[in-house]
Amino acid sequence: MTDQPATGDFNTQMVRMTPQSSALGFEFVSSGPDGAALKVPYRMDLVGDPESGVIAGGVITTLLDHVCGMAIGAAKSAETGADAQGVARMGGMATLDLRIDYMRPAKPQRDVIGHAHCYKLTHSVAFVRAVAYEDDPADPIAAAQAAFMLTGAPTPTPESGS
Amino acid sequence: MSEIRAEHLTRILAAIPYVRFLGMTAELAGDEMTAILPFSDHLVGNTMLPAIHGGVLGAFMEMTALAQLSIREPLRRQPKTIDITIEYLRPGRALTTYARADVRKLGRRVANVHVEAWQEERASPVAALRGHFMLSVADPTP
Repeated sequence: MTDQPATGDFNTQMVRMTPQSSALGFEFVSSGPDGAALKVPYRMDLVGDPESGVIAGGVITTLLDHVCGMAIGAAKSAETGADAQGVARMGGMATLDLRIDYMRPAKPQRDVIGHAHCYKLTHSVAFVRAVAYEDDPADPIAAAQAAFMLTGAPTPTPESGS
Repeated sequence: MSEIRAEHLTRILAAIPYVRFLGMTAELAGDEMTAILPFSDHLVGNTMLPAIHGGVLGAFMEMTALAQLSIREPLRRQPKTIDITIEYLRPGRALTTYARADVRKLGRRVANVHVEAWQEERASPVAALRGHFMLSVADPTP
């Protein structure tokens, strides 16, 4: 995929046209067969612990939920061969459940990356894992496991079997 | 006592920048707290429905759990979240959302908290959260 998503495609809708994503300042990092990544720049108004300056857990929660959704788009694209414009027409998704383990506090003044991989996509459900980190995915701030319901009828394509 | 609690709660919430970002407030009736999240356009995660972002509902419920723990243990520092599990039951519509936390177990080091969030009807929750929180050691009192 590209680093600069075109207007109207799935990633642009997710990152720039979703009000909560814009409000948190999410930035598109990547999307491809191995998953999707988003960045949330550090901001004082997102701090959850005023004594330490650590970003709120809720910001990480929203980052991970959101990047899981983007990873589902990436998986749909990988499975069907559709580009991001095509994925945008395949219907939406709704989070069923989201579990997050917080391994350590985020470092103050640092941007946080969320990376997600949809490791199983069925006709109606997607299973996704994600991590949040500053520099190294092997040293995560938090890890997430989520299941999503796929809503709306996916556009049938010759490639899609189920 | 309840006035001291209410003042303590107001002070804690006012000190957290992210609480202001969400627009969250809380009310106390005795030791029972109801957290309130007025709807605002910047909370939307799905413009088609429209619906509040799932991450926002999770964040609101996590903050509700932390605030409830702070009322129970006013001398401690802010607890640290160990893990949370969020269940999404209904879309969070463009309405005010409420949440209440139930401290199921308050151990010496770890608290187990359940939270439920609803909008128009308490009996029809939009989301629920279960979480474990690490408590900091209580301030030594003379």
